[in-house]
Amino acid sequence: MQVTIRLFARLRDLAGTGELARDVEEGATVGAVWGILTGEFPALAEYESSISTAVNAEYSRMDSTVSDGDEVAFLPPVSGG
Amino acid sequence: MSTTRYRVTQDPLRLDDLIDAVTASLDGDPPPGPGALSTFVGLVRDHNVDRRVLRLEYEGYEPLALRAFERIGQETAERWDVQMALHHRLGVLQIGEASVMIAVASPHRADAFAACRFVIERIKQIVPIWKHEFFEGGDVWIEGATANPDDDGARENAYRLASDG
Repeated sequence: MQVTIRLFARLRDLAGTGELARDVEEGATVGAVWGILTGEFPALAEYESSISTAVNAEYSRMDSTVSDGDEVAFLPPVSGG
Repeated sequence: MSTTRYRVTQDPLRLDDLIDAVTASLDGDPPPGPGALSTFVGLVRDHNVDRRVLRLEYEGYEPLALRAFERIGQETAERWDVQMALHHRLGVLQIGEASVMIAVASPHRADAFAACRFVIERIKQIVPIWKHEFFEGGDVWIEGATANPDDDGARENAYRLASDG
């Protein structure tokens, strides 16, 4: 199955793209998607302990399961206001 | 007249839009005044730490930002007797432009002031929006809090800041 990955702010800069599609295994977690990303873009690994995650624009956890067609977002620490 | 309570936009913000949004829901003919109206406007500053700032570029994850606004609205209503509106701008902002506006209407001034403070503190904790600062000599993404809406300690800290003034 396939998910769409969204990256924001410095994560987007480090990966060179804000959106990409990747195949993941059935029953994969958000953490597994992050593992695919950091394998491809090792510079992202420094954010392991500070990112937030969202599935279909709802905050999620690293152990949340993803489904085919989901949008999985990785968010660096926020700075709105 | 606009009555949108929660908005993320590339367009310049207008405080009147927020005031309309928090007063339009008051029923009656003539409509009753809310008693108190508190507003907060965040402006782009020309310096940060020891850097001379040239401009800011705001990026956001819009659908999640709007959900975070709604969540903050619920948290605010659980604590105070208020109506709240929150608009945040994205894109390129020059020095002095407004990046965020909050309006809170309430029968009581203490609630209006406290809720307004709570909302800006909570924005900085859980809203997926980022500042890209362009300063003399370079640029940097500003990174503050790791957004976790279920972090009760962070929320309680925002309530405490709001109550202490």
